[in-house]
Amino acid sequence: MAPSIEVSKTQLQAPEPEHCPGPESEQAGKDDACEGCPNQDICSSQLPKGPDPDLPHINKRLAQIDHKILVLSGKGGVGKSTFTSMLSWALAADEDIEVGAMDLDICGPSLPRMLGAEGESVHQSNSGLSPVYVADNLGLMSISFMLPDPDSAIIWRGAKKNGLIKQFLKDVNWGEHLDYLVVDTPPGTSDEHLSVTTYMKEVGIDGALIVTTPQEVALLDVRKEINFCRKAGIKILGLVENMSGFVCPNCKGESQIFKATTGGGKQLCKELDIKFLGSVPLDPRIGRACDSGECFFDSYADSPAATAILDVVDALRDQVELNMGKLSLS
Amino acid sequence: MEEAPRSLAGVRHIVLILSGKGGVGKSSVTTQTALTLVNHGYNVGVLDIDLTGPSLPRMFGVEYKQVHQSTAGWVPVSVYSNANDPIVEGKKQRGSLSLMSLGFLLGDRNNSVVWRGPKKTAMIRQFLKDVVWTGGDGKTPLDYLLIDTPPGTSDEHIAIAEELRYAGPIDGAIIVTTPQQVATADVRKEINFCKKVNFNVLGVVENMSGFICPHCAECTNIFSSGGGQQLCESLDLTFLGNIPIDPTFVEMIESQDNEEIHGKKKLIHLYDDSELKPIMNSIIDKVLEKNLPSRI
Repeated sequence: MAPSIEVSKTQLQAPEPEHCPGPESEQAGKDDACEGCPNQDICSSQLPKGPDPDLPHINKRLAQIDHKILVLSGKGGVGKSTFTSMLSWALAADEDIEVGAMDLDICGPSLPRMLGAEGESVHQSNSGLSPVYVADNLGLMSISFMLPDPDSAIIWRGAKKNGLIKQFLKDVNWGEHLDYLVVDTPPGTSDEHLSVTTYMKEVGIDGALIVTTPQEVALLDVRKEINFCRKAGIKILGLVENMSGFVCPNCKGESQIFKATTGGGKQLCKELDIKFLGSVPLDPRIGRACDSGECFFDSYADSPAATAILDVVDALRDQVELNMGKLSLS
Repeated sequence: MEEAPRSLAGVRHIVLILSGKGGVGKSSVTTQTALTLVNHGYNVGVLDIDLTGPSLPRMFGVEYKQVHQSTAGWVPVSVYSNANDPIVEGKKQRGSLSLMSLGFLLGDRNNSVVWRGPKKTAMIRQFLKDVVWTGGDGKTPLDYLLIDTPPGTSDEHIAIAEELRYAGPIDGAIIVTTPQQVATADVRKEINFCKKVNFNVLGVVENMSGFICPHCAECTNIFSSGGGQQLCESLDLTFLGNIPIDPTFVEMIESQDNEEIHGKKKLIHLYDDSELKPIMNSIIDKVLEKNLPSRI
């Protein structure tokens, strides 16, 4: 798309600085070089550059997907990826449901290992990028499939990450129809989150699942994430409290490892008027299943943690399908 | 431009706390490193560059304090001052501890900072330019500046690496991991990042390794075990030690303001009774043994 005429006529009050992205560019006023530039206000307050030319392509791809769920948490290491993998396994247990999992954690992708697809690579065809299938009805897309070496660090600034996210949304060929797309995100409220919500807004996101652990230090960051969802207009499907309580395999005594001194996730839900979907206890076997990429439900179907997770998944599906009006509210 | 940022003029040592993975306990390790160094008699400053999820104000129990502006720049929040400590013959006096975090600049604790990269870069640049780091009384230099980072290898990390480029020699980075492979895989990436930007890796700390059941004293490896050690062996790095999961530490952090439980005791006094203190001491000793040169 050619830059609009008004933009190129911009009157700058000072000479363009070194590394200026150009007053007509998409980055105008937003680039690193713009910080402290006397022209920054002019550049950033310009008329919007018009809709992103890639949006129609993204919309077309995403139109084939029934439900889109974001897994979010302000805090790292609370179990977003673990829960995303559990949710994907649980949904894919129903053979009639086509599930896709997308890993947007670009600097630390964990889903490939958790779903047992490490070392695979994606294939490019003229219909787009093909995800890696870990089961007949479960596809996975992650940046680690594109890396030459699993240890290489991806030292990217935000703008570059946005490009990749856009490519994931635009070019990944999920097949003719997908029932669920589960999107795993990195911790924080930054570029990845802004990009995925902006690009997906038009087709609509069913909502976000918030993952937390019980201690206040984690809840503090989760509050920020909830605040972000509200600012961005994303519906919150519910909150799940992970790592709540640990049952010693030796003596069956229960301990609160991450003690909920402020009432934990439940209290937070009450305070902020969010649906509490349940709590999942710590189970060392979950970690082990994730490290080896096995399905936790296959191996330990009767464990309390598996039951707890499946309850949460059911509650979540109720929420999503209720939203779609598939269930009647009598 | 090839000069060290202004705020670092009076800083002797700089240590970064890094981890590719989130929630492995970077902030807990930063907190404990700071407390341990203060106990050793050093004046310590902590800079929190986790902009979207600042936890350190809460960890140090100074969540509702304010940053002041002086003619020289931003004055970090004082967490502990040794000014009122009695000087005991033969016993080393504690140092002072101060903290700078974006958390202090937010009006409401529920507020989110939804920033794209360039804005974060600018904020970090400002932190390094405008904060006045001193050891307590405003004249003595700061012995250690600890920099706590967010997970990943992105804008914040690039920004801090750029800012510290001409600030050498910096001591280097302490890498925090948890034992499971999912975490060490991300940590390997972070170590690669350190190599690329020439940060010296001081060593690896394995956090959350093992949980001792308070009922039967059986040790369970919730997040498996040995990952940190293996990582160090395969990459030829110093292994600094294991920190077990200690629910009483979390509890201590969360209840430190509660005068009913702890009276007038500050976090640093409470930490004296923590079982993690000797473990952390031996970790920090391994870092101090390296005898790295002071910047100034």
